[in-house]
Amino acid sequence: MDSEEDFMSQMSSDDENMNYDSGDALSDADGMSDPIPPQGMPPSANIYPDFDEDYDQPDPDFDLTSKDLEKTKKQAHIVPFNVYDPADIQKQQDGMINEVNMILDMTKEDAAIMLRYFKWNKERLLEDYMDRPEHVLEAAGLNTTTAKPPKLETIPGFMCDICCEDDDGLESFALKCGHRYCVDCYRQYLKQKIKDEGEAARIQCPSDGCGRILDSKSLDILVTSDLVERYNELLHRTYVENKDNYKWCPAPDCPNAIECGVKKNQLNQIVPTVECHCGNRFCFGCPNPDHQPAPCELVKKWLKKCADDSETANWISANTKECPKCQSTIEKNGGCNHMTCRKCKYEFCWMCMGLWSEHGTSWYNCNRFEERSGSDARDAQAKSRVSLERYLHYYNRYANHEQSARLDKDIALKTEKKMVQLQSASGMSWIEVQYLNSASQSLQTCRQTLKWTYAFAFYLQRNNLTEIFEDNQKDLEMAVENLSEMFEKPIVELSDQKLKVDIMDKTAYCNKRRVILLEDTANNLAQGKWLFNGDLNMGSSSSGTSRR
Amino acid sequence: MATNMSAKRLMKELGKINNDGLPPGIELVQSGSAGSELSDWLFDIRVLDENPIYKDGVYRLKFRFSKSYPIEPPEVTFEKQTDRPIPIHPHIYSNGIICLDLLGSQGWSPVQSAQSVCMSIQSMLTSNTKNERPPGDEEFVRGNTLRPRDIEFLYHDNTV
Repeated sequence: MDSEEDFMSQMSSDDENMNYDSGDALSDADGMSDPIPPQGMPPSANIYPDFDEDYDQPDPDFDLTSKDLEKTKKQAHIVPFNVYDPADIQKQQDGMINEVNMILDMTKEDAAIMLRYFKWNKERLLEDYMDRPEHVLEAAGLNTTTAKPPKLETIPGFMCDICCEDDDGLESFALKCGHRYCVDCYRQYLKQKIKDEGEAARIQCPSDGCGRILDSKSLDILVTSDLVERYNELLHRTYVENKDNYKWCPAPDCPNAIECGVKKNQLNQIVPTVECHCGNRFCFGCPNPDHQPAPCELVKKWLKKCADDSETANWISANTKECPKCQSTIEKNGGCNHMTCRKCKYEFCWMCMGLWSEHGTSWYNCNRFEERSGSDARDAQAKSRVSLERYLHYYNRYANHEQSARLDKDIALKTEKKMVQLQSASGMSWIEVQYLNSASQSLQTCRQTLKWTYAFAFYLQRNNLTEIFEDNQKDLEMAVENLSEMFEKPIVELSDQKLKVDIMDKTAYCNKRRVILLEDTANNLAQGKWLFNGDLNMGSSSSGTSRR
Repeated sequence: MATNMSAKRLMKELGKINNDGLPPGIELVQSGSAGSELSDWLFDIRVLDENPIYKDGVYRLKFRFSKSYPIEPPEVTFEKQTDRPIPIHPHIYSNGIICLDLLGSQGWSPVQSAQSVCMSIQSMLTSNTKNERPPGDEEFVRGNTLRPRDIEFLYHDNTV
């Protein structure tokens, strides 16, 4: 596949929905013509090259979007990627096998074994093979190749070393290494390897110390069809798993793989969100779902921080103070104000946090105010409070959007029902109520983005750029909350033509705000303009450690 | 079929041991009822040369064969008895669990037998010069609730 072409067609998928919506909404608003709501485009269909034909068909809407597309071609927050289904993956493997088969003049089975041995790195295979063919064959478990196809044999007087069976007419099998075992044992062995241990590419001869790898022709005569299926699936996996720029779509039961060229060392400049045909949006650089605009490293830090202490921090902030000397957190569970830290034995007053000995004779009654040690301690404590409060500020907003996104997901399920109700209530057609679907999807995507803007903001150092960022964040947030509110309205109101126009308008606006925010963050990230604080190491961009 | 295979194979192994005997230093103490679901075999093994770590020591090995033996490896552990301690070795935990690649599904080959495993363990002891337990032994022994086959050992050390 040509990656350039796919890159563009991928972008079209995002743009298409967006421009389409906006154009539609606008025309409705202006002309008050009979509304033609956006159709429920399969969001991913245009990633298939086969679908290209569809675009050539004379469809006025498509023409419009493709013109718009020309204008907004390069978007910094979208990375190029390809989605492959199992058939594509098979085709790619077959292609490489055929190539090696032609160049090196070996059987396809052997070529496949060699390729798997070299982790599908064809160039390295060819190079190494040209250098020292014997050594490479040996290493891949293909020594002493002969042209004889594998077959089951009955050898008089044969005893199987595994089950010790020696009946006459016992069928046996041996790879080219000559280690011979009875068919039942071989099948048992393969079943164990394939089913239980999930091995495929490198199943070796059962003999101890023999590295000979079972080829697929031998496998064909040895195992039953249900195992072949599993075997092929496992082989598929090794292909994808061995390639650095391939990844499985992590959605449950999704068999597709994604190819994306973003390298590990680019991750501090780019947030590689990809979208599978199944609709799952996830990050190619780390195991998390889509987390634009926050870079992977930040996300990792943030998630760890939240897992550590967010809830706890909440409680601590409300209920405890820190020892002025060792900063251990102390909960006062009764008693007088004379505190002795369990850890460092520092004695202080719970009221003023000052050194206890400075209290002189007025024990158990803290009425002193300006004591040096006390104000220092209060300063230090205030500082840690501020940092905690700052964290909680961002965390609460992050968590809010996370929860809202969860609720929105429920709503999305209800949307379907709503759409049906709306159709019967208002007499609109299925196509005419699709705007609700667009709105619901837009809500979820925007919330996902908003959620991560807060984690992102937590690590940002304040400067002019953050002001712009916060403005963008605020705009998107307002737009999303507005849309969310409209979306919640009862059916009766939804069937109102004006509200429909409003919702479509707002949906388009949300999408646009989201793109603007992501573009801004992605551009600055690519140019290393963001300054992150604390221990977040983002390569060149983290210069200072100051907090606001 | 599977049950038959394990039982039949064990019968054959037993027959061979009875016929040809075992190598010096290895003794079969008990061969549990072959043919039952799980059968246990017990061996006594001794280190033959003058290795000071194991001098005069006799160690009790327990084999547990599942019904998919010999496709699956047997579970092999040292058993502690009053006169049979757990041998000190950097790959043997003090609860008797042995970290040996040929007992894991990766290193196991169906061509191995109880006898060959005993010989491997015997030679593992013979060649050892370190009078120590594996690193983290105490913690492992305290915390481990898994059966040996379910533990993910890292076979990284090929020197001992």
